[in-house]
Order: sequence, then structure tokens, then C-alpha cells
Amino acid sequence: MSLSITLATTRRILAQLKNDHRTLAMLVGVPSLLMILLRYVFDQPVLFDRIGPMLLGLFPFLIMFIVTSVATLRERTGGTLERLMTMPTGKLDLLLGYALAFGLVTLVQVGVVLLISLTWLGLDLAGSLTSLVVVAVLDALLGMALGLFASAFARTEFQAVQFMPAFVLPQLLLCGLIVPRGDMASWLEAISAVLPLTYAVEGMREISLHPSLTGDLAVDIAVIAGFTVVALVLGAATLRRRTT
Amino acid sequence: MRDLRVVRGGREVLHGLSFDVPQGAVLGLLGPSGCGKTTLMRALVGVQIVQSGTVTVLGEPAGSRGLRRRVGYATQSPAVYTDLSVTENLRYFASVLGAPRGDVARVIDEVGLGRSRDQVVATLSGGQLNRANLAVALLGSPELLVLDEPTVGLDPVLRQELWELFRELADRGTTLVVSSHVMDEAGRTDRLLLMREGQILADGAPGALRERTGADDLEGAFLHLITERAGSPS
Repeated sequence: MSLSITLATTRRILAQLKNDHRTLAMLVGVPSLLMILLRYVFDQPVLFDRIGPMLLGLFPFLIMFIVTSVATLRERTGGTLERLMTMPTGKLDLLLGYALAFGLVTLVQVGVVLLISLTWLGLDLAGSLTSLVVVAVLDALLGMALGLFASAFARTEFQAVQFMPAFVLPQLLLCGLIVPRGDMASWLEAISAVLPLTYAVEGMREISLHPSLTGDLAVDIAVIAGFTVVALVLGAATLRRRTT
Repeated sequence: MRDLRVVRGGREVLHGLSFDVPQGAVLGLLGPSGCGKTTLMRALVGVQIVQSGTVTVLGEPAGSRGLRRRVGYATQSPAVYTDLSVTENLRYFASVLGAPRGDVARVIDEVGLGRSRDQVVATLSGGQLNRANLAVALLGSPELLVLDEPTVGLDPVLRQELWELFRELADRGTTLVVSSHVMDEAGRTDRLLLMREGQILADGAPGALRERTGADDLEGAFLHLITERAGSPS
């Protein structure tokens, strides 16, 4: 692996985003819009304080999953992945290049949504801003890693886009956002315990409730990071130098 | 390349090919679409899973780590980022290869894309896109260039210019393997492999092939070889 190739890859991905104004506007605009809608749909500050932070964890996860699965599928089908594999590019250079670029995008995304939420929408956050941003970026990287892995199983962009509901919506139903996990049937709760989004959302709830770093939050962060690393390793295994 | 066999989709597409390419030569791969030219080139670059046989490139097994800066490869369908400009694409690939600073400007000049250097690739014409794809392969001055149909869709003037460039590169010691299905291009190579259905029909200098078959042009030579092979008991 080489730092200069990793950074060149990050720069290239950011340049691609910079040339695509509509995608860039949607990456930042859509979560902001949804947050504003959520605030006025509930119209109860207490409820918004409870749900808002969880969505702050969900948006980066969801968006990075979609963006990465489509972007890497394009690299695979467009021949650029094969070209990079004939060059000195390491698999890790490519993965870290993506992680760095999308990590930066997430920082901007979460920054804007947070700014709107804390000022205009009056979100009341018990925990620290830093831990919220850290967990949000981790959630984004988790979405990215899963998207990268999922893209290996898609042959077309049609299929890749449909992985979003297939991979993500079941996790969304089970993660405790819609029905608290404790109220679920025990077999559903057991399933939710092995799904990564559960920890992403739970980490955000911990931050919304407790001012200090709790043990539960530390566990959530460790689990999210663990899932991310495993998904990245599995994703790296799907980047092949030789194909049939 | 020794006794190369490749199976794709459950079917053997290359049936034990062997040949050598001398350094600084332009080798033409000629044959109808589907005859295995691309598969052969992929094996040379080392991205093709092969059944058996050995491919040695510049003294190392094809696809080894040490070759990744020494071999340039341009696929038939352009492998560039359509949402970046020509320069942005080249800058990225140049930094991946660790190519010298001036290389981006040099290759843009060599393929004649000076006027569209800042154009986003998606807006290029087919011929310009092909040349952008070729430019990436030229970055870092590789010792072996593997070019899959680099002149498709170009007008005769540009085609002429590119063949002059290939000749110039070969004179500087670069080895080129260039595929084509246009017969009149084949005459510009030093050596020609005529391929059909995963086999090498003939291997030799274009002039010698014409002489041997008694045909006026290579098209005729090709036909002669096919009928000759069909007629002989094998």
C-alpha cells in the first residue's frame, strides 16, 4: 500500500463529486430537508430530541451505502478497476481512498445537518458534539464498507440500487428506531442483535441521553468499527486482479 | 508465451498458443472479432485467469508486481472516468503509476488531444475517447505496450498519426502488441499473428506472409491460409 496512491484516489473521488453538482447538493441537502420535515411532522420537541440524533446516524449510513455500491459497481463494469489492478494500486489504497473521501463528505453532511438541527430546529442534545460526529462518521464508513461488499454481488446498477432496500430496510425495521427492541418478539430481538445498524442507531441514542461517554456507547462504537473492518476485508476480497 | 490455454464460460477459447515477441518490435494481432485477441492480450497483462501454459513478460511471469509500472495496457472499451476531464484522468493515473510530472502533458500531445484536455470525458467523441484511453497506457513510458484495437473509429489521418507514434515508440525500444481487425493496418507491423478461433494461423512478417501465400494483399493471404488449413487433413 502507498500513501501517495491512497491520497491520489481520495483526490480523484472528490474531483468526481465536485464535477457532479447535483449529487453534491443532494448529499448535503436531502438529510437537511428530512430533518426539517421530521421536526415539524412530530411537532413535539421531546420526541424530536429522541428521534433526531438516531436519524443523524442513519442518514450517513444510508447515503454512503447507496453512493458506494453504485460508485464501485461503476469501477467494476467501466473497466477502471481492472486498469487500476494492472497498475501498482493496492486494494487497500483503493479502499482507504474511498473511505477518506467519503469520510470527508460525511463530515460536511453531518456538520450542516447538525448546524440546522441545533440552531433552527432547537435540538436538545445531552451528549457531546464530538462523540456524535465520531459515531456519525463511523456509521458512514460502515455504510460505505457494506456498500462496497454488496456491489460485488450486483451485475448492473439496477441491481445495485435494489440492494439498498434489501440490505438496509430490514435492518431499519429491526434497529429499534420504529419499535423499541425490548418490545419485539425475542427471536426478532435476537436477529437485531447481530445487525450492524442496530448499534449505529443505539450509539446515537446513548449520545442523545447521556452527557458522558457510557459503557454502552463504547460497546456500540467498538461493534460498529468491528463490522466496518470485517465488511472492508470482505469487500477487499471481492476486488480481483485476475478474472475469467 | 508457451502453450497458453484459456477457458471462458466453460469453453476453451485459446487452444495452446506459443510465440515470442522480440524487444522493440511492433507485433500485430489480426483476426476476426471473437477469435481470442482480447483474451490473449489480457493474458499478457496478467488479468486473465489461464488454464495452463506460461506467459513471460520482460523476464517475469505476466501480472507480477514488478511489471505493473513496466507494462501499459489499453482495453478496447475505454477504461477512464467519464465524469472527469482528460487532464484530471491522466493526473490520477500518473500519480498511481508514479510517472514523472511532465508525463501528462507529453501523452496528451502524443495522442493529439491538446484542444480537449480540459473537456469532461463524457462529452468527447468516440475517437477522442479512444485516444484518451490510449494516453493512459502511455503514462510512465512502459517498456511493453498492449493496445487492444487502439485505432477503432479514427479517421485515416489520425490513424496514420497513431501508427507513426507506434513506430517512433518502437524505435525508442518499446515493444508493442497491437490488435486490429483492419487488414491494411497489418502491413505496418514488424510481425503479424493471424488468429482465428483461438489458434494462430500464421506468424511472420507481413511481406513474408504475402510471399508465402502468393496473395497480393493480406486479406487474400488470410483467406488463403484459412482454405489451406481447411483442406489439409489435421
